[in-house]
Amino acid sequence: MAINLRRSEAVIREKRLKSVVGYQGTVKDLANKAQSGCLKNAQRGFSQAINCSSGCAQGHLSTILDAAIVNHAPIGCAADVAGANSGFKWGQNIRNWEKRNVKIINTNMTEGATVFGGGKLLREGIREAYRRFSPKAIFVTTSCASGIIGDDVESILREEEEDLGIPVVPVFCEGFRSQIWATGFDAAFHALLTRIVKPPEKKRPELVNVINFTASAREYVKEIFGELGLVPQFGIPYSTIDQISRMSEAGATISICGTLGGYFGNGLEQKFGVPYVTALQPHGISGIDNWLRNLGKVLGKEKEVEEYLAEQKIITQPELDEIKSKLKGKRVVVGMGPSFSHNYIRLLEDFGMEVVWGLAWHFDSKHDHGGLPHCTMELTKKERDIPISVSDQQNHEVLNLLNKIRPDIYIGRHPGLSVWATKMGIPTIMISDEYSAFGYKGTIDFGYRIIDALTNNSLARNLSKRIKLPYTDWWFEQQPFEFLEDEELKKNAASS
Amino acid sequence: MPQVVEQIRHVCTLGAFESVLAIKRAVPIMHAGPGCGAKLWTTLGMQNGCQGSGYVGGHAIPCTNASEQEVVFGGTDRLREVISNTFNVIDGDLFVVMTGCTSDIVGDDVGEVTRKFKKQGKPIVYVETGGFKGSNLQGHELLIDAIIDQYLEPTKEVETGLVNIWSVVPYQNTFWSGDIEQLKALVSSVGLKPNVIFGPDGGVDALNKVPRAQFNLLVSPWVGLKNVKSLKEKFDTPYLHYPALPIGPTETTKFLRTVAEFAGISSAVVEEVIQKQEERYYYYLERAADNILETRLLPRRFVTIADSLYALGISRFLTNDLGLIPEKQFITDSTPIEYQNLVSAEFENFTDNIVAETVFSNDGGFVEDELRKIKFRSRPLILGSAWDRVVAKELKAYQLSVATPMSDHMVLSKSYVGYDGGLHLTEDVYSVVLDDFQ
Repeated sequence: MAINLRRSEAVIREKRLKSVVGYQGTVKDLANKAQSGCLKNAQRGFSQAINCSSGCAQGHLSTILDAAIVNHAPIGCAADVAGANSGFKWGQNIRNWEKRNVKIINTNMTEGATVFGGGKLLREGIREAYRRFSPKAIFVTTSCASGIIGDDVESILREEEEDLGIPVVPVFCEGFRSQIWATGFDAAFHALLTRIVKPPEKKRPELVNVINFTASAREYVKEIFGELGLVPQFGIPYSTIDQISRMSEAGATISICGTLGGYFGNGLEQKFGVPYVTALQPHGISGIDNWLRNLGKVLGKEKEVEEYLAEQKIITQPELDEIKSKLKGKRVVVGMGPSFSHNYIRLLEDFGMEVVWGLAWHFDSKHDHGGLPHCTMELTKKERDIPISVSDQQNHEVLNLLNKIRPDIYIGRHPGLSVWATKMGIPTIMISDEYSAFGYKGTIDFGYRIIDALTNNSLARNLSKRIKLPYTDWWFEQQPFEFLEDEELKKNAASS
Repeated sequence: MPQVVEQIRHVCTLGAFESVLAIKRAVPIMHAGPGCGAKLWTTLGMQNGCQGSGYVGGHAIPCTNASEQEVVFGGTDRLREVISNTFNVIDGDLFVVMTGCTSDIVGDDVGEVTRKFKKQGKPIVYVETGGFKGSNLQGHELLIDAIIDQYLEPTKEVETGLVNIWSVVPYQNTFWSGDIEQLKALVSSVGLKPNVIFGPDGGVDALNKVPRAQFNLLVSPWVGLKNVKSLKEKFDTPYLHYPALPIGPTETTKFLRTVAEFAGISSAVVEEVIQKQEERYYYYLERAADNILETRLLPRRFVTIADSLYALGISRFLTNDLGLIPEKQFITDSTPIEYQNLVSAEFENFTDNIVAETVFSNDGGFVEDELRKIKFRSRPLILGSAWDRVVAKELKAYQLSVATPMSDHMVLSKSYVGYDGGLHLTEDVYSVVLDDFQ
């Protein structure tokens, strides 16, 4: 099913991609169910605080350099902005830029607005954003409160847009609409695709849109692409509205993360004919090989890619051998968003480690190009069927599982869970940079990072001896998926 | 002045869940949308002195993660299920159900659900904290009132010398746990028995002792005034309201004398404590004075952009003890209108007839505009949040973060409260100056 760009609102992942947040089983079973269309989301009888799509939407859009955001919500809905601002400063710092703050205004909805409507506040927010920031575009993110009381956001924005003469674009991301926070990325990209990106004035076949977050490794990517005769254009963060509006001119789009970039990449392909390169993520050796080969195929650079890869293999072989000899047989649990999780499982197995459990914070039965995510498909080709589960960071489930499995190391992404593995005394690595383990150099660096984490575990060991986890003994005696209302699981339990 | 807010420095009512987490073995149960918790703990915790999840914070907090289903059909069934399983799964001594916008707008009867568990003997209370109701500082007051109303039991026994200390709003006031430790030490130093509810020395046991106190001590310009009045009404416990957070020798000495007088402690006892502490303070300050005075680098004028609690405490110290002059003082905690005159009056009460103008606004963009209008004749000192680093640089000001969000510092047990706290603040201010040119 194509992405619907005629609507003002992105269709949520649960409906569009048959995405789930509750599953336990194996990777082959998951892939089978996803491909046959019978993967069902399992609810939980107990749940803990997760994230919502609004954070992903306004976090990502707030990094556009000359845009402003109006968050139409009570003040607490802008509480993620302090985090976005720290991230924004990190990105400015690695670029040696003079630092400034993100440009976000919250409409500060109070009791009166919930009774009489928030239209007046919304107009005031848009006007203030225009006055304070002189932006090239204003994005308006919605909230549970504005959604439930039914403010007519679209009409108000249309009127303001006419007056101000810049795009004033709705980004529908009410938290309660979707249990999958990554839906917020889709909401952000939907706004860009429908209202910001323009038809190409000229084509630039050497230009590749690279969809990522902070782009810490941009010099390295430039170097690799340079060898292939290509030029990367990083986005969306740290781009201008003008740069984004011309992303239709590129020869191709590729993403560092399938969960992040799929909507935008496929949307650009669908609307402007810019091919979206579907591939494994460039993490680990097989990942970067596949990522570059598929890029080369799309842009006719196969020969250059093979030459580059052959050279890299020779350079990195000795260090890769050393890493493998040190990591062989180490038991690891992975916990990340679905694309990172299923890509990192592969790369860790390539290191000779044993992935004893793979957690993904949600799972998309298909990506917007129509097929099962590549990284998941790739894992099904392995002889060993890796045990996995899908959980929106449900802490009770993960900790119960970790307590039973007791891996040599836990490798996570997305803040908020790695610390709990540490509290259990398990050596832990948190991947916060999307370019960690990127390419040959990154893969080698990451291998040594794991070795370091296994070398000194004093922090986790000491902490775990002195703190108590917030769970009852009863809970740790239960099976990890006790609260997962999975019919099949219940049937198996009854028959065993 | 527009109602909209840029660069937020406090969050919504639901943010009071952090106050629950600040009570050892107390557990918040959120009946709210999926992202509320994670957003709120970003500003109040992770980006505010690196305050993390602790015992049962972060993703460990039980939450209904209200979806379309709960919004359309009501969320009480889901809430009942989550509460019921929380009692099996989470090891805690007090449970507090807190609502978000979704529940409060659709009108879930959370009281009804909670009371049924309470009837079964469970230690549980509820408080409606839908984000549109106000600030987390008001949420903190609502929470304490809910605990007073629904949980604390009256007692006939009054323990002489026992003093409940109410002051900082946990997590919102970044140095809260260190502040409480220091307030406790000060109260203890004059022979009283401090009872602290929040932080490493507090907990549900301390909470249970609240009705037995000889008096309640509130150290805050306005937050908590409702609560000490509720305690007076329900348990007939008198209270002492001391608006300024005691930082440095002048205010701390005044604080100790006021507390002692209220408690009926002889002045001989208090004066001995004061003399010893002041001697220690001035031992250090005498050694620092060469640098402070002779390098001519100490800023002359300062601006605070902070909660009324820290703005008042810090401006008193910098003015009354360090010899600086207050420019505009921006109060960012959404002080309710009925308290604004009370708070302003406190800023008209400095040494040498010095008076500071207060401006109430929680909108960082507005504050920036106001800062640009001030004619500074030398490099000023701006004490605000990490947001203010950018404008401080533009204005060539020295900047020290003391208010939410403090994403640029790690704060563990540090506090500016008391005699020692005054020394720490002096260290930090002067270190900013030294760091600036090296």
